Amino acid sequence: MSLTNETVKEKLIAKFGDQLTRFEEPYGMLGFEAPRDLNLKLLQFLYEDPELNFQFLTDLTAVHYPKNQTEGKGGEIAVVYHLHNLRDNLRIRFKVFAPEEKPDIFTATQLFASANWMERETYDFFGVNFIGHPNLKRILNVDEMDYFPMLKQYPLEDQTRIDKDDAMFGR
Amino acid sequence: MSEINNPKAKHIKLPEGSVERQTTTLNLGPTHPATHGVFQNILELDGERIVSAEQTVGYIHRAFEKLAERRPLYQITTLTDRLNYCSSPINNMGWHLTCEKLLGVKTPKRVDYLRIIIMELARISDHLICNSVVGVDSGAYTGFLYVMQYRELIYEIYEEVCGSRLTTNMGRIGGFERNFTNAAFEKLERFLSEYPAVLKEFENLFNRNRIFMERTIGAGPINAERALNYGFTGPNLRAAGVDYDVRVHTPYSSYEDLEFDIPIGRTGDCYDRFLVRNQEMWQSLRIIEQAYKKVQEFKGSEAEIYHADAPAYYLPPKSDVYTKMEALIWHFKIIMGETEIPPGEIYQPVEGGNGELGFYLISDGGRTPYRLHFRRPCFIYYQAYSELTKGAMLSDAIIVMSSLNLIAGEMDA
Repeated sequence: MSLTNETVKEKLIAKFGDQLTRFEEPYGMLGFEAPRDLNLKLLQFLYEDPELNFQFLTDLTAVHYPKNQTEGKGGEIAVVYHLHNLRDNLRIRFKVFAPEEKPDIFTATQLFASANWMERETYDFFGVNFIGHPNLKRILNVDEMDYFPMLKQYPLEDQTRIDKDDAMFGR
Repeated sequence: MSEINNPKAKHIKLPEGSVERQTTTLNLGPTHPATHGVFQNILELDGERIVSAEQTVGYIHRAFEKLAERRPLYQITTLTDRLNYCSSPINNMGWHLTCEKLLGVKTPKRVDYLRIIIMELARISDHLICNSVVGVDSGAYTGFLYVMQYRELIYEIYEEVCGSRLTTNMGRIGGFERNFTNAAFEKLERFLSEYPAVLKEFENLFNRNRIFMERTIGAGPINAERALNYGFTGPNLRAAGVDYDVRVHTPYSSYEDLEFDIPIGRTGDCYDRFLVRNQEMWQSLRIIEQAYKKVQEFKGSEAEIYHADAPAYYLPPKSDVYTKMEALIWHFKIIMGETEIPPGEIYQPVEGGNGELGFYLISDGGRTPYRLHFRRPCFIYYQAYSELTKGAMLSDAIIVMSSLNLIAGEMDA
């Protein structure tokens, strides 16, 4: 239990300087944002540093922020990594942002075998193109699908629509 | 054999090169009786040895994460039921814990202990199914049929608590929808008194059974390092020798008040996974006994507490709705999903039946989650399947699949 959020933050800032931004601790978990070409270096540093030891990839997913473009932040799609140091029992989360037109991000499959399907799922739902992924294809949706359904521009079907006449399902 | 000599067979169009090939492709699933759930394995076989395996998942994908973006918090509970449907109360409680953490609702101790009882019962029923199905796949049907009546008893307890059995939709944000009835406690007592003997018999049937041991020892092994790299959690990781348990590492729902051990294995093969699950059932019984004792210690009005005081999220009693204005307003707002959720970003893990079930919830201050992601343990560790079965026999492929405790509902979300 020696490792704390502060130590992690200090070590990260010492290594990457001001490239990492928006450090915060919502509900006790350290979170920050990183530039997207840094994601692999960051993961590797967190993995290999003898003190940090973040060797367990808990979760990898994405979030779509369509407003980021209009506000001039750049990058509508945030890829979120949850890492866990099992030895010191500390979790951290970081995000990298990619533009929606060209969401290219380096894959983490070389470091974590578990990233394979999680990245495929993220590609499947958000269209994030993981560069270097061994088998980047759809996983949960049908192969013929021609859009990425978790993006915010695809709303759920309007529950009040009346133009459907489906005798089988009764609406 | 370069071509099919029989002219009558000319109309059969085989893929090019399929006659010359030395290996056989076998589609195991998606509706094969030996795959417990709807997922497919395309096995490349050399005789009976597996050369390679490719998994296909997603047959029952129901877009839970997308659906959740249009639902108020209390309606998402029913989605979580349908993840790991062998232990849905754990998913329900995990979701309530996530919401409570985000909303800052503090649950009373009695609620925590009642939740622990339910979660551990769910864990027992989950492990019971998994382990007895491992038995079925190695040719022992008796255990499966025998323990099924105790899963039935667990389901009867669920019925007493929430009214349903499989997809429970149990509990509410802040507690339970009603207090546990006496019948629920009676059934729990019956379970606690009868089940240990049954579990002992179940263990006697398998643990030192020569046939079972020969079938499972060395089948689908994984070492700790690979298991961690593959994102294993839960009993499968513990069978490989890593003592990681969310209940201990990130305690929730007052697990820290209770005494229990984390059983671990060594080789990470089917046999160790089986033993770890059996041991966990003993530990779950221990936890339930302690939690039940603590529940019984509450006296008087304290023994009536079954939910937190969270009027904005917990439905008021019906009699108040008819007679009091605030209650009517809250009732309306909750049912119509018109309560604003405070903005925040949260990750809440719970120890599910087959690993770390995580809820990653982002709220932007609207009435529904901005984004909800489920960390589904078996989706993540199923990718190790091709590595686990490489070079194994076809019959091992089946038993590895069942001993991993793969639940299609959870995998496909």
